[in-house]
Amino acid sequence: MPKKQLKGISYSKYGYLFSIPFIVTFLIFSLYPTIYTALLGFTDCKGLGNTSWQILDHPFENFKNVFNNNSFKVSLKNTVAIWLMNFIPQICIALLLTAWFTSRSNEIKGKGFFKVVFYMPNIITAATIAILFNAFFSYPIGPVNDILVSLGLRDSAYKFLVDKSASRIIVAFIQFWTWYGNTMIVLISGVLGISPDIYEAAEIDGANGVQTFFKITIPNLKTVLLYTLVTSLVGGLNMYDIPKLYLNGGPDNATLTTSVFIYNQAFSGSYMYNKAAAASMVMFVIISICSAVLFYIMRDKDEQKLKKEIKQAKKMQKLASEGGQKWL
Amino acid sequence: MAVRKKNAANTIFLIVAYTFCILLALLSLLPFVIMFVNATRSTTEIQAHAVSLIPSKYLKANFEYLTSATFNPLKGFINSLIVSVGVTACTIYFSTMTAFAIVAYDWKLKQPFFTLIMCVLMIPAQVTSIGFYQFIYKIGMTNNYLSLILPAIASPTTVFFMRQYMIPSLPMEILQSARIDGAGEFRIFNQIVLPMMKPAMATQAIFAFVSSWNNLFLPSIIITKNEKYTMPMMVSLLNGDIYKTEFGVVYLGLFLTVLPLLVVYFLLSKYIIAGVALGGVKG
Repeated sequence: MPKKQLKGISYSKYGYLFSIPFIVTFLIFSLYPTIYTALLGFTDCKGLGNTSWQILDHPFENFKNVFNNNSFKVSLKNTVAIWLMNFIPQICIALLLTAWFTSRSNEIKGKGFFKVVFYMPNIITAATIAILFNAFFSYPIGPVNDILVSLGLRDSAYKFLVDKSASRIIVAFIQFWTWYGNTMIVLISGVLGISPDIYEAAEIDGANGVQTFFKITIPNLKTVLLYTLVTSLVGGLNMYDIPKLYLNGGPDNATLTTSVFIYNQAFSGSYMYNKAAAASMVMFVIISICSAVLFYIMRDKDEQKLKKEIKQAKKMQKLASEGGQKWL
Repeated sequence: MAVRKKNAANTIFLIVAYTFCILLALLSLLPFVIMFVNATRSTTEIQAHAVSLIPSKYLKANFEYLTSATFNPLKGFINSLIVSVGVTACTIYFSTMTAFAIVAYDWKLKQPFFTLIMCVLMIPAQVTSIGFYQFIYKIGMTNNYLSLILPAIASPTTVFFMRQYMIPSLPMEILQSARIDGAGEFRIFNQIVLPMMKPAMATQAIFAFVSSWNNLFLPSIIITKNEKYTMPMMVSLLNGDIYKTEFGVVYLGLFLTVLPLLVVYFLLSKYIIAGVALGGVKG
């Protein structure tokens, strides 16, 4: 009796029911603000706490303004430059450590300890780290200057905080320092996912460690590497805490990133919500393109294949039945 | 001969590898050691020598100076705790529920819904913050923690992770037998599915908590009242003029904000590292 009942009940409505909280929250707190931000980009909305607005006579004026804004151009350049200066050493060192920690011939002891210590900066509040490094590089008596002078590497203290390229390098370094442990752990888990048979075969063929790394590990890590690249890029395009609190985008806009630019436009000075919204949308488009790439990488390949097969089978069936009918 | 050569190469490799790893470990640890030691030193001591490994005796004096102005670490701690616990609870419970809806049931819009989640996976809060602020301001929810907590109900990354974990670990037979026993779908979720998802929930809870705890951007838009500041906002006060010349005090303030995180990290590092290895967590 109960069995019969079970068959009659359709459970699909629970699928809708259980996703209602997500969908409602998404619509209210995510989709609506996104559309609203896009809309504000075309309006005259500015001034502290102002919520009334009108569409501009020339709707694209804000966007034009943003593209012609020197600070925005500088911030975009800075963001990319700082990201590159952080990502290239980060991926190189993470790969090197991955090769060492997964080496089959030379077991390194204390891997667990090193992993824990390398990852640690990633868990600490970025705001704290930015201010800590600001204190470290202070002039004339900061720990870094103290060490440099004591070791005789410099005759006198250096004004790190007013040097434009030094500031940029330091922000990139902090970014590197907080993320390389994370990248390393992701890469190591990627390597552990590669079938050991391939490595055994390489060993039998007499490949040395370096050859194995470049010919087997790297090609097999392609997906993981791409994933790391895209997530890091998206994260890098949103870099906010560290440049904001290290020197608030200074000196002379040297560490101004796009997120800091947007924040400063909208929430300080003359509260230009409209221009900040236009700049946000420019970033939104750039990031959407990046995450489209990620979506393409992470899609379920097996599922995709299965679906294709099912589709093909259905097609064949249809063709066959149609053909059959024709013949009949 | 060849064996000896190989041994020598191995020794050199190990020396290089260990030296490099120990240097990197020092690079990770030294900043925190300097911060801790300097938190106990007076400004004059720090001005004489900014690096020292010997703690001094000004911890109490620094603490008194620190808390005499706007900086209130305890308040920031409690505020951050409220926000982060709320965010974590919402993220975990509702993400598991959403993943359950996707995995356990067949419904028409399931695939488009999952595609949507994948699409918004990487859209960060920063780029939609202007509209978010205007919306929150209009409905009068600035300085209200709910405007930071409620959006966590829709956390695409966590849903994605939960789905990946649930597909292999939730046998549909269990659901069927529970149904035969007369359990309602909501009860099945709360009493059968949630306990089975505990390991995944624990991992995701740690990351939800930490990323909420460390979040600076959204709180600094929504929260303007001093007594409602979260920890990272409290930290940014240390950049202000009041503390500019008091080095020891700044180090102490930073140390106090780091302390709870360090304790949690060393207690849970095993799970955290394992969680990172599972991938998909990148702030």
